[in-house]
Amino acid sequence: MTVPMTLLGLLEREPSHGYDLKRDYDAYFGRGKPLSYGQVYNTLSRLARDGKVVMSEVGPGEGPDRKRYVITERGATEVDTWLAEPVEPEPHLQTTLFAKVTLALMLGRPAEAYLDTQRAAHLKRMRELTEIKRHGALVDALLADHGLFHLEADLRWIELTAARLDALAAEVRR
Amino acid sequence: MSIIAAHDVALSFGATPALRGAGLAVEPGEIVAIMGPSGSGKSTLLHCLAGILVPDRGEIHFDGRRIDTLGEAERSALRRDRFGFVFQFGQLVPELTAEENVALPLLLGGVRRAEAVRWAREWFPRLGLDGLEGRRSGELSGGQAQRVALARGLVGRPRVLFADEPTGALDSLTGEQVMDLMVDAARAEGTTVVLVTHEPRVAAYADREVVVRDGKAYPLTAEAAVS
Repeated sequence: MTVPMTLLGLLEREPSHGYDLKRDYDAYFGRGKPLSYGQVYNTLSRLARDGKVVMSEVGPGEGPDRKRYVITERGATEVDTWLAEPVEPEPHLQTTLFAKVTLALMLGRPAEAYLDTQRAAHLKRMRELTEIKRHGALVDALLADHGLFHLEADLRWIELTAARLDALAAEVRR
Repeated sequence: MSIIAAHDVALSFGATPALRGAGLAVEPGEIVAIMGPSGSGKSTLLHCLAGILVPDRGEIHFDGRRIDTLGEAERSALRRDRFGFVFQFGQLVPELTAEENVALPLLLGGVRRAEAVRWAREWFPRLGLDGLEGRRSGELSGGQAQRVALARGLVGRPRVLFADEPTGALDSLTGEQVMDLMVDAARAEGTTVVLVTHEPRVAAYADREVVVRDGKAYPLTAEAAVS
């Protein structure tokens, strides 16, 4: 889910060739796991099939790299919805959350409000786990604790990121 | 009707603004956590809600009555008769026994000594403090001392318990025991709790959270953010 939405988000910033998309994705979101060209073009084809991007021909020659991809209104709406929705609170969601925050800043969206929404979703889950812990057996409490500590680590990351949003925005905007 | 309501509350310490138009409403029996980074103004907000500090601007209401315009003596009486307090550090009077510490708010409120001590003693088994009635604060562990402080906060059957980082000086397990006891006691008594904490695990004991940022209060909701 993250790759198509991230590519769509990058296209909302500006219409791009597949090559540029891959370069930007790898630079900001790849973190040592670059996308293959096949993955980029397959994703773009699916997005085009679903009416979220359209292709515009530019320049001479053939091949996919000559095509520029432009986000459609449907695509932009989808990015909007995806960014604003909190991620299911579970451990190890950093990749998705990281992509959302970075994209939101690139697009000048309210990243702080998204982080607040995520914080609330995390705290809601922590309340549920706390209830289980308070009224369940010790084994349930231990499992709940495991979840609570991981969610707390995510929340610390959220706090720190919230405190650094201005600096981060300056780094990713252009 | 909200039991505590704050509208557009602003307060500066010298040239430094601590609150810049904070608003909050707490319903009777609710447990609300006020969260926020250090220096965000969360403790200042709690002190304003509890009538300890008087804001420069805005209104604070308790049970439908405006309290920020009351004089110090009236606010002091309100704090003694209607509110309970638990803080992070240094709450117990070292010269008094645990039992006398718990009875203190009652004695200050004019309850006869024998009766005050009887009411205070009722709290010791409820908070797992059996047998510690005669100890002074130096002879109590951190968790025990905090439970004594909790008993003192609740002994006058307050309408609202204000707790400022009540587990801040305790290890995780001890902190959770204190929170468990606080929530159980508040639910049993129908006491409203306003809890300031920077720890998510402590805030998770509350019914909902409010975050204070740059001197303003924002309710947190898990609905998708409006963009």
